[in-house]
Amino acid sequence: MTHQPHHLLSGVEPDPARDAGHDDPPPRVGFFTDTSVCIGCKACEVACKEWNAIPEDGLSLTGMSYDNTQGLGASTWRHVAFIEQQAPPRPAPDGAPGPEGRTELPLVAGAPDDRGRQAAAGGELRWLMSSDVCKHCTHAACLDVCPTGSLFRTEFGTVVVQEDICNGCGYCVPACPYGVIEQRPSDGRAFKCTLCYDRLGAGQEPACAKACPTESIQFGPLDELRERAARRVERLHEAGVTEARLYGHDPADGVGGDGAFFLLLDEPEVYGLPPDPVVTTRDLPAMWKHAATAALALAGGFALSFTAPAVFGRGGSGAAGGRR
Amino acid sequence: MVPRAEFESYYGRPVIKAPAWAARDIAGYFFLGGLAGAGSVLAAGAHLTGRTTTATAMKVSSLAAVSLSAAALVHDLGRPGRFANMLRVCKPTSPMSVGSWLLAVYGPCAGGAAFCALTRRLPRVGATATGAAALSGPAVAAYTAVLAADTAVPAWHDAHRELPYVFSASAAAAASGMALVLAPPRESAPARYAAALAAVGEMTAMTAAERRLGMVAETYREGRAGALLRAARVLTVTGAAGAAGAALFGGRGRRAGRGGRAGRGGPGARIASAGTGRWITAGSGALLLAGSACTRFGIFAAGIASAEDPVYTVAPQRAAKERAARARKSAAREHAADEDGQGPS
Repeated sequence: MTHQPHHLLSGVEPDPARDAGHDDPPPRVGFFTDTSVCIGCKACEVACKEWNAIPEDGLSLTGMSYDNTQGLGASTWRHVAFIEQQAPPRPAPDGAPGPEGRTELPLVAGAPDDRGRQAAAGGELRWLMSSDVCKHCTHAACLDVCPTGSLFRTEFGTVVVQEDICNGCGYCVPACPYGVIEQRPSDGRAFKCTLCYDRLGAGQEPACAKACPTESIQFGPLDELRERAARRVERLHEAGVTEARLYGHDPADGVGGDGAFFLLLDEPEVYGLPPDPVVTTRDLPAMWKHAATAALALAGGFALSFTAPAVFGRGGSGAAGGRR
Repeated sequence: MVPRAEFESYYGRPVIKAPAWAARDIAGYFFLGGLAGAGSVLAAGAHLTGRTTTATAMKVSSLAAVSLSAAALVHDLGRPGRFANMLRVCKPTSPMSVGSWLLAVYGPCAGGAAFCALTRRLPRVGATATGAAALSGPAVAAYTAVLAADTAVPAWHDAHRELPYVFSASAAAAASGMALVLAPPRESAPARYAAALAAVGEMTAMTAAERRLGMVAETYREGRAGALLRAARVLTVTGAAGAAGAALFGGRGRRAGRGGRAGRGGPGARIASAGTGRWITAGSGALLLAGSACTRFGIFAAGIASAEDPVYTVAPQRAAKERAARARKSAAREHAADEDGQGPS
């Protein structure tokens, strides 16, 4: 894998901003969203809506736990997911504090063990919360397929839509492997998280990270965030939270790593995230090759169809299907 | 196939977003673009071989189809007034940008070819435009497959190797169908051959695509897409067979009439009247056109269905992840075995 030639459409890409033509760009920035400390307060959703002046996009009760936002879209650039599930059974480490912070004393042998019963049933009920956002992919399909150049790579390595150029072709919508970008029905154009491009320019952190009370949403230079995330996942593993895993952190993954990556406590699809997303343009060279062959075959097929009557017609021996 | 019971999702919501494209506009454009592009190749062939009526008819058909295509594309934009932004940049990574430039080149060529054929003026300009339209036409017909495949939509992306062949063959079927409807019988032999080739090509490519898609191929067999694609198969095969049959029993019996070539005067030719043959031919052409439209609308519908059900995004990706993990593990084992083997020496 490491011997692959440098490929602009997929694979490891150390400096997307420079490759996009920015001379001497600032360090690439992003989000590390640590869902293990998310409390589901939705301050990020509110701050994002407020700062970016995003219109209201429906007030409905979904029955999906506390999630009435439902998903990312043209007018929702942060979305807190709520999952109610059985926690994986986990033995408490010796002398570890109990659920309410009390140190639990060993129970009399044979006494009914509340924890044991729960473990048998698959663990306690738990609530997973996770604030989702545009991933600002290293290889961004939305940007690649945009026919107008409205989507562009900023000097910070993020991906932003220029509203005054977008003509609402909607190609970026099915191109995104995460289902993030969307056309606003009332407007026709495509919108998504800008990672607060305006605030970054003024040296501020994005509104969602600023508003997050638990530092579940951390903003900073991507390299630093990746180191911090690796340490955090290590600490969680040591504490017995073996299901903690990073998502979107790997520069060798299908999208070249995400600018906004996550620490999750279950499989990505449980949170509505794709388990192994691949930038669609990775296969574009192959597609163009097949299309060229198909176009040649089309022309060749017609050439054959025009020569066949001349060849078979003269002898009077040709049937329409005879030369298949 | 991956069992659905093992599959998890966030309240059953789709992972990716289906395009907001209207089927009438975009699937309609796939059909019309194919009809126009392949029609220009047929027109050029007819032009070169002196089948003047067919040539003119196909040039006009291509101009009409490409004009409707452009209208459908502009209509589908969220901001139709900004359609000119399509030519703001030229981006090979964006099939839509490439397509816009292709249409910008192809459209005027198709227009020039039709104009000169109808007015019988500027024959050399007309011939040049006909040639240019025939050169760019196949690209117009084939690139729409890349347009669909270069997305995260499983039913389109995962068939990205086969889809260009399906679209090209379907375009050839539509164009030869149009020629069978419009052209006089004495000029229709090439369209019959093309129809047969196109039908065989489309069936082969579709079978290959479905095999490649694995569990995602369900979206090509179920629901609206399944109904459309089954109809497409019947229409295309019947149309191609009808076109060939009409040649055997009717059209060819009345002599080819070109350059004193003898027709295939068999017993069938004497039974069927010339008029019946003409109607069978035109009907077969109409079936081929309808079959091509059903193929495009069916593939469009399959794409939407595959985007709306998260299982088609999650299950293949999970399988890919597990395959990669297994490959890594076995590579690591081999590496370890190699090192053990080299140890003593």
